[in-house]
Amino acid sequence: MEIIISNSNGIPIYEQIKNQLKNKILNNELKEGELLPSIRSLARDLKCSVITTKNAYEELEKEGFVITVPAKGIYVATINKDLVKERQLTKIEELLKEVLILAKTCDIKQKDIIEILEILSKEDIND
Amino acid sequence: MTNALEIKNVNKKYSDFELRNVKFTLPKGMIMGLIGSNGAGKTTIIKSILNIINYTGNIKIFDLDIKEKEDEIKEEIGVVLDDMFFPEILTPNDIDNSMKYIFKNWDSKLFNSYLTKFSLNINNPIKTFSKGMRKKLEIATALSHHPKLLILDEPTSGLDPVVRSEILDIFRDFIQNDECSILFSTHITTDLEKIADYITFINDGQIVFTKTCDELLNQYGIVKCMEKEFQKIDKKDYLKYQKNKYDYEILIENKKDFKKKYSIEVIDKITLDDLMVLMIKGEK
Repeated sequence: MEIIISNSNGIPIYEQIKNQLKNKILNNELKEGELLPSIRSLARDLKCSVITTKNAYEELEKEGFVITVPAKGIYVATINKDLVKERQLTKIEELLKEVLILAKTCDIKQKDIIEILEILSKEDIND
Repeated sequence: MTNALEIKNVNKKYSDFELRNVKFTLPKGMIMGLIGSNGAGKTTIIKSILNIINYTGNIKIFDLDIKEKEDEIKEEIGVVLDDMFFPEILTPNDIDNSMKYIFKNWDSKLFNSYLTKFSLNINNPIKTFSKGMRKKLEIATALSHHPKLLILDEPTSGLDPVVRSEILDIFRDFIQNDECSILFSTHITTDLEKIADYITFINDGQIVFTKTCDELLNQYGIVKCMEKEFQKIDKKDYLKYQKNKYDYEILIENKKDFKKKYSIEVIDKITLDDLMVLMIKGEK
């Protein structure tokens, strides 16, 4: 498994860990029921503090991506991928609505927005 | 037991310096960094914890009072102080031989494995060792009786980045066991940013705060702006500010909240160094 942490992109480290693990779970690189590294070993290997990895796992647990089995470890939870996708779509819809509202206020055309989106998707999106 | 170390209302008075109501707690399994400028009281706190100096107040290690159970507690802690305390004519082998009689749990095999790891020759006298080698020897000694708490005064100062990163790796290995905790004081705050769970900041003999390192690095920020923007900022929305020749630097507690309230462009991430400087030198 590979996790890449940037110290300069301004995103808190726990969030970077969380997002990357989440992606790996969603695209099946990490499979249901798979044992994840412990809070302490992940902190050691990523060279960050224990509280950072603990936060990352706690948030993943809250969002239902992992489960902690006391005295055993942290496992990838059984997740309903369609449901997750559905939720993401709703979120995208909401964000796009905001974009449209903003565009309307200063008379920016839909075609321009689509163009921006195309340019952005060609660039590397760093999460 | 949930705390490795609990310090309450510790006071110590010297003729020209005093510790006032020092209070903080180190939860078990965590690493805490003690920061502050020279003479702020870091070493005095560490010496109080070790019961080397007299103090008033209450210090508990693993729930036991250090004044009552000193021998018992010292079996369980490993210590590295700023100054080397081994006579220079001794060799690591001599240290191994004497520590056997001092600590019940002294582990010669473990000690030797650290020496190998650090490439320290067991039969060379300490006087032939460089500063980095001496520090490594002290750390190897502190770790070789299977302590549960490491107390370190400036363990990485004066060492090159490569050695420092090796030492940090050893600390990381040490806390893989969630019973084990570390308290260390340092000026090299970048080391702490990579490893500490909690930061305790001490200034002029008093604790300024204990906070998680994540909270400090993720939420705190430095706003840089011009005078007319600075004047619009409510006093309660910042901790300290510093007026420079070309700009104002303002230390804020929460970047997100600040952004919501003010439209100031430049809000930088802080480093622990920035934080220390602004907390000490800044005005309110």
